[in-house]
Amino acid sequence: MSAPDARIGVYVCHCGTNIAGTVDVPAVRDFAAGLPGVVVARDYKYMCADPGQDLIKKDIKELGVNRVIVASCSPRMHEPTFRRCLQLAGLNAYYFEMANIREQVAWCTADKAAATKKAQALVRGAVARVPYHEPLEERTSPVCPVTLIVGGGVAGIEAALKIASSGNKVWLVEREPSIGGNMARFDKTFPTLDCAACILTPKMADVGRHPNITLLTYSEVLEVSGFIGNFEVTIKKRARSVRHGVCTGCGVCYSKCPTKVPSEFDVGLGERTAIYVPFPQAVPNVPVIDREVCRQFTKGKCGICQKVCPAGAVDYEQQDEIIKEKFGVIIIATGFEVFDPSLAPQYGYGRYPDVYTALQFERMTNASGPTTGRVVCRNGQEPKAVAILHCIGSRDKNYYPYCSRVCCMASVKAAHLAKEKSGGAEIYEFYIDMRTFGKQYEEFYNRVQEEGVHFIRGKGAEVIEKDGRLVVHAEDTLLGLYREVPVDMVVLNTALIPHADAGRVAQIFNIQRSQDGFYLEAHIKLDPMKTATEGVYLAGACQSPKDIPDSVAQGAGAAAEALQRIVAGEVVISPVTCAIDADRCAGCRMCIPLCPYTAITFNAEKGVSECNEALCKGCGTCVASCASGAARLKHFDQRQLLAQIEGVAAS
Amino acid sequence: MTTPETFEPKIVGFLCNWCTYAGADLAGVSRLKYPPNVLPVRVMCSGRVEPELVLKAFWEGADGVLISGCHPGDCHYIEGNYKTLRRKELLDRLLEQFGIEKERLRLTWVSASEGDLWARVVTETVEAVRRLGPLGRTRDRLQSCDGILAADLPAGGCCHGEHPAAEGGGTGGR
Repeated sequence: MSAPDARIGVYVCHCGTNIAGTVDVPAVRDFAAGLPGVVVARDYKYMCADPGQDLIKKDIKELGVNRVIVASCSPRMHEPTFRRCLQLAGLNAYYFEMANIREQVAWCTADKAAATKKAQALVRGAVARVPYHEPLEERTSPVCPVTLIVGGGVAGIEAALKIASSGNKVWLVEREPSIGGNMARFDKTFPTLDCAACILTPKMADVGRHPNITLLTYSEVLEVSGFIGNFEVTIKKRARSVRHGVCTGCGVCYSKCPTKVPSEFDVGLGERTAIYVPFPQAVPNVPVIDREVCRQFTKGKCGICQKVCPAGAVDYEQQDEIIKEKFGVIIIATGFEVFDPSLAPQYGYGRYPDVYTALQFERMTNASGPTTGRVVCRNGQEPKAVAILHCIGSRDKNYYPYCSRVCCMASVKAAHLAKEKSGGAEIYEFYIDMRTFGKQYEEFYNRVQEEGVHFIRGKGAEVIEKDGRLVVHAEDTLLGLYREVPVDMVVLNTALIPHADAGRVAQIFNIQRSQDGFYLEAHIKLDPMKTATEGVYLAGACQSPKDIPDSVAQGAGAAAEALQRIVAGEVVISPVTCAIDADRCAGCRMCIPLCPYTAITFNAEKGVSECNEALCKGCGTCVASCASGAARLKHFDQRQLLAQIEGVAAS
Repeated sequence: MTTPETFEPKIVGFLCNWCTYAGADLAGVSRLKYPPNVLPVRVMCSGRVEPELVLKAFWEGADGVLISGCHPGDCHYIEGNYKTLRRKELLDRLLEQFGIEKERLRLTWVSASEGDLWARVVTETVEAVRRLGPLGRTRDRLQSCDGILAADLPAGGCCHGEHPAAEGGGTGGR
């Protein structure tokens, strides 16, 4: 069945011992040498290294090899490497095929003989397939030089400023009324005890006034279509009910508003009004009316804010705005939310008023927070003893199995602040392991130990109320004792978890999630910013729990990824697209509604369907439904796949 | 004599590039061991898997076929996997008409992060097909499909009539 002109070279890689440790590489090589059309079969220690690639180039030149198969790792790893190698030797890149005998054979098969047999089958599939390969040319497409950043926390802010400062345009879309994210809630940051606002608000203000940044707060991305270089994005800008550009940010409106509701920014500890800015340094400093609770909207009468606004900025008639815009690249920086500890009822959260989450405690310690920075119990008294519990929801297979990474240091910081801001309370930390991994982190931990904080190695098991105080139960695993520690306040350091709507957001941007629910990076070690969707990058805690330094670093990294695309000006588009043979098309139009990209249209004059290859992404769904075999997916056409099946399944 | 214990089923796996193929790679990277019986064929989307490919696998002697794509809603091509899901229903009926148990064709969703799930899916599928036993005499059953399933169709077949190795063939001096 092999085409007479195919001169196939097969190269079997040892990958050190990665493959050769399980697969009998010489046996695979000898097996390949005997297959039809194979003119040369070799093995080499590392095919991806220069000498390995040189073997291929030499055989192309000297032996007239015109089809190349490398049996090595996953094509997701080195297919681009070898395609380039073919191009350098003057052969079309699509005359290449890879047999994945590492990830999908050597590494996953226990039995050596079985692994060798499977490797041979995969090589036979590739050998059967390549004669039917055809030369394909990659196309290029221009990149719209505008970046969309979703999420205005510290990672999104950092990315926005980096790109804007390079002279390129950025749109920053934030769901909340202000940018700043979770960092804006904090009072101090570890390990230096830098004031969070002092280091964050200048960056927020820079974003607000940067001529290259278009800031859309109180807005959400609804829909994304297109591809790298040419994303079309639909954004909903929710009605703020206060006119931007007219409002002077004087604050009279919210000082007079009669409606009070729990403040989301203060995590329910404080109150806000119906017309509000979430915190004093908000960017933009333009209030928003919460229409769910505002009397003007719920009861149809009030109008106080409109009356008192000296600028006449309050506008009850304002409507949601739908904005459609083109972007070249997208950075997702949507951050995290925290585990709701009422789901772990043993800790008494929601039952005992003086059990707080760490985020509530952050607000308590913040000078602009609900207690103006004093650590006090609900009764207004300073606590004499505070317990800080680590790993609530984290490292717990009942909830989230992973380590949330920031909590040990956040707890150590909380211990320092609790002591300082409560007038010297006794502080007890209950931990499983202390993970103080970052620069100056261990030193900070030592310092807080020296400040007299009691560190108890053992996870807090339960919080109960006894004689008017809270009692933390835990096993002290260093002393081997069961302990009951009476305190006045308990701080639960809860897990950092993906947003509840992370799944929906992933679908909008066509990205994947890892098993923990955070967004999935292209490679956990070497491509932490990229996703499987070209042109969509990740920054910050939406990828995995991160502290501020790591979020900033990843924000800057994502900006570099985005700029790389923008500066290059064009992207290479895969030639793996569908083509419809007009001679065979019966004009049934079955394929048209199946195409997710509306790439297929009906040519009424010729009575056939036609595929616009600029819109086609190459899924092949139309091909699979074409009754007359007119639709063909290049590089995955029927002949190629039938031959490959024949090859792998032959016994 | 092949007994259920010694029977090693041959299963052709169609893996979508974005989810399951990446998940299978992850299983390997994580060094999860699973039976070698599933022979992967990479497609860009599970939506590409047309009935002929499945029938071809059985024709070539596969005892089972496993199609695996992205979870519903997560398809890299928006909704190709839904098309696969619908096609699977039709294929089930078609296979039964050929006397092939529909349990020999399995459709699963495995994401790029579910290496452990892939290992489990393969293990389960191999066990299920092992219990069914060898398919045998497939070619007899699929007689009526002959012609569609042969890879080397005559010129003018599904490949626009181009000779598959038209370019670059000259370098060999033939």
